[in-house]
Amino acid sequence: MTAIQDTHIPNHEAGHADDHHHEHPSWLAHHFDDAEQQFDSGKLGMWLFLVTEVLFFSGMFCAYALYRNRNPEVFEFCSSFLNEKLGAINTGVLLFSSLTMAWAVRAAQLRQHQLLVGMLGATLGCAAIFLGVKSVEYSHKWELGLLPGRFYVPQIEGHHGAHHGYLEMLCIVPAIVTVLCAAYAVFSWAIKSTFHQQVSGPLLTAALCFFVGVFLGQYLEAQEEATKGHANHHEHHMSVQGHIDHDSHDHAAASDTHEHDHGSAPAPVAAVASSGGSSDVYVDSKELATPKPNVNKSTMAGLFFSIYYCMTGVHAVHIIGGMIVISWLIVKAARHEFHEQYFGPVDNVGLYWHLVDFIWIYLFPLLYLIT
Amino acid sequence: MSVVDRPLASPGYSEADSYPTHHFLNHSHGILSWALTLDHKRIGLMYLVGVMSSFALGGLFALMIRIHLWNFQDGWLSNKTYNQVFTLHGAIMVFLFIIPSIPAALGNFLLPIMLGTKDVAFPRLNLMSFYLWITGLVFFLAALSITGLDTGWTFYTPYSIDTQQGGAVLAATFGVFVLGFSSIFTGLNFIVTINTMRPPGMSWFRMPLFLWALYSTSIIQVLATPVLGITVLLLSAERLLGIGIFDPKLNGDPVTFQHFFWFYSHPAVYIMILPAMGIISELMSVHCHKGIFGYRMIAYSSIAIALFGFLVWGHHMFTSGMADVTAVVFSALTFTVSIPSAIKVFNWLGTMYQGTVSLNTPMLYALAFIFLFTIGGLTGLPLGALSTDMHFHDTYFVVAHFHYVMMGGTLVAFLGGVFHWWPKMTGRMFNDKLGIVSAIIVFVGFNLTFLPQFVLGSRGMPRRYATYLPEFQPLHQLSTIGSLTLGSGLLLALIVLLMSLVNGKKAPRNPWGGATLEWECASPPPHDNFSSAPTVGDPYDFSNIEYDGKTGGYVKRA
Repeated sequence: MTAIQDTHIPNHEAGHADDHHHEHPSWLAHHFDDAEQQFDSGKLGMWLFLVTEVLFFSGMFCAYALYRNRNPEVFEFCSSFLNEKLGAINTGVLLFSSLTMAWAVRAAQLRQHQLLVGMLGATLGCAAIFLGVKSVEYSHKWELGLLPGRFYVPQIEGHHGAHHGYLEMLCIVPAIVTVLCAAYAVFSWAIKSTFHQQVSGPLLTAALCFFVGVFLGQYLEAQEEATKGHANHHEHHMSVQGHIDHDSHDHAAASDTHEHDHGSAPAPVAAVASSGGSSDVYVDSKELATPKPNVNKSTMAGLFFSIYYCMTGVHAVHIIGGMIVISWLIVKAARHEFHEQYFGPVDNVGLYWHLVDFIWIYLFPLLYLIT
Repeated sequence: MSVVDRPLASPGYSEADSYPTHHFLNHSHGILSWALTLDHKRIGLMYLVGVMSSFALGGLFALMIRIHLWNFQDGWLSNKTYNQVFTLHGAIMVFLFIIPSIPAALGNFLLPIMLGTKDVAFPRLNLMSFYLWITGLVFFLAALSITGLDTGWTFYTPYSIDTQQGGAVLAATFGVFVLGFSSIFTGLNFIVTINTMRPPGMSWFRMPLFLWALYSTSIIQVLATPVLGITVLLLSAERLLGIGIFDPKLNGDPVTFQHFFWFYSHPAVYIMILPAMGIISELMSVHCHKGIFGYRMIAYSSIAIALFGFLVWGHHMFTSGMADVTAVVFSALTFTVSIPSAIKVFNWLGTMYQGTVSLNTPMLYALAFIFLFTIGGLTGLPLGALSTDMHFHDTYFVVAHFHYVMMGGTLVAFLGGVFHWWPKMTGRMFNDKLGIVSAIIVFVGFNLTFLPQFVLGSRGMPRRYATYLPEFQPLHQLSTIGSLTLGSGLLLALIVLLMSLVNGKKAPRNPWGGATLEWECASPPPHDNFSSAPTVGDPYDFSNIEYDGKTGGYVKRA
């Protein structure tokens, strides 16, 4: 709205809403009176869609809050398996992609078509790096058996997991996409079409960026392994356990004031017993006597990884969706379709992209930075 | 279409475009011109056919249930089949019929015309939401035909995780997910259209009340449905990946599922009833030929219901275990919803007072609505009160209550709306006498079906049981007789509508004397709705609308 006013719509195109027989430019849908109405409708529609997206994620944030409140020690234990360096890099990559996306909107308004294609390509590349890093994280966890719910494999000290080739599997589709993009790029150079070159260039670069992400992720993951080492890892793990022990005492003490009906029982155990479901697992074990429950099992850590995979997985699906729409924008941008009166699609995809970025900004500390 | 080639019905007729030869139905021809149409009117009609077919399917299941319950034991269905039949009856009626019925079918057709615009803001999104609806339907039919779903329409965990009908649960939850997005996109489209495309002169408080109702409904669709989406997605993940969030075996909490589910599904009750209330506001005013009483209060009460609707979901779960304070708060909030609902009912009665009531088919359905909705609303009070709900929960009392609201309310209003706007949609008048007969049969059959169920429920007959104690048999048989009566009334209504397509008189522009914009449009409307931008006046000012004997309709005095 304000952007449209800033860029001075020529009067002869916008001021004839009452004239039924005025010429509609090709970018103005027939049922809209003028550019402003079309832009406002698109923008309001996108904001409403973002509201639904927030509510969609809110279900998972609720589940997160419920189970973290019930079993804080599980979240601390499991968070130590997440590599915060990779998370931080992905946060940076997404933040940078938000910058390039915002820049793309500006370029669209100013008819800077080359810059627009470049900025959209950069955004697409960042998204691909993000997914590359995420693939390394996922495959690494799967090899360790850090799987959701009932598939969770309890962790053994010093065990580094078997090589199942999960990363290779995750790379199959991006590899195919890269080959297709490369073929398209060769084709566009062969027929010397500027339009096809402008489209295939960013797409191929972005596809290759996925593998940049994969190598970056693997390098950092290997570094993390090396610094922890075999002996170190043991020590580190013990310290994590000690920390949990300490914290659950704290929590039990704190819960006395809040949950008086649970008496002096340690809060995690009491909470589990009150949930009713898996008390059989607990009552006949010795854990009621000791304040430290074993969290390294599918009914405990498994639940964390369920939430982790649901949240990051749905987020990743949104990244992929965003990549598809950005690719569509690149095609339109290469056709020089956008100008100061018609940049709504870039603006709205930008809004969507910022939201996807925004959700990650919450996911990163909530999942990676617990301890 | 054969409509075009017929000669004009009345030779002395002056307005050349009142019986249009060219309109949206014959604007273009062929299957593809419908399948790929972006015209909101055609999409609305396709929805209308779709939801009515779904209703027929769901109604068939309802009759199967009632016939099975004729005897207190050894009904004609096996217990297992019975479970599947009542599940599919509920799921089809809720997700495929009631939720899209008024907004997606009638709303799609009428909203842009009432706003004097050419189309909704996002016509492609509109078509997409129709195809999402079709996709959801396909998944439901898959759930029906592959294995049969037996969880009840609520998919409560842990049963939905453990049941043997895993494929059906997955198919149905995916169907619900897709249908949810269909509903979200319709709602989003309506909000944007109303916000940005109102014609000059139509301020918020000069909008027809049906649009206020659709606007409130759309707010709920946009805010509540995504939560259902994530809930059923997590349920699918529960079955596929064993994530355990709702599974007590894995330390998950099944009551969390109920909270998530009802956070959507209670507001969804208002997705169902609010547009029905909007229809009644239109019908009352037009068929009483009198301005609506308390316009602003009706408009505000729609918004109030939409907002309160988000705060009361806990009343479905009083027996599931929740803190006493929470239960009391939910109960108190539940009672507050009755205030805006009662405001509407009183305003409708106020509209009828000293009006010139035309007792035609749409008006009879509207009157039936007021009677049935009031009973449905008042029997909600003992269910919202904590002490009595402990007794009534999961009995036939609940079944009767929500059928009075959902069927007596939404379905009856939907039928009233279909009869009211049928001449506009098809350009044909239906046989009003037979329509009145259908309304009376539906009203009698409905009460015969569900009044006995209040008695059954208060005597302790639990819902969803395939067999029952012998002493309940007479009331069950009464209910079954009622359901067959109701079914024949509905069938008659359908026949009346279909007959009008064959031998109905051509409809005038304004057969009932309405003052909203759709009556200034030809019947059926042309492709772009209005050849020139309509002038916007008070939608409930009937002072200058008078009967015109030549066309058999009403005209606006200049």
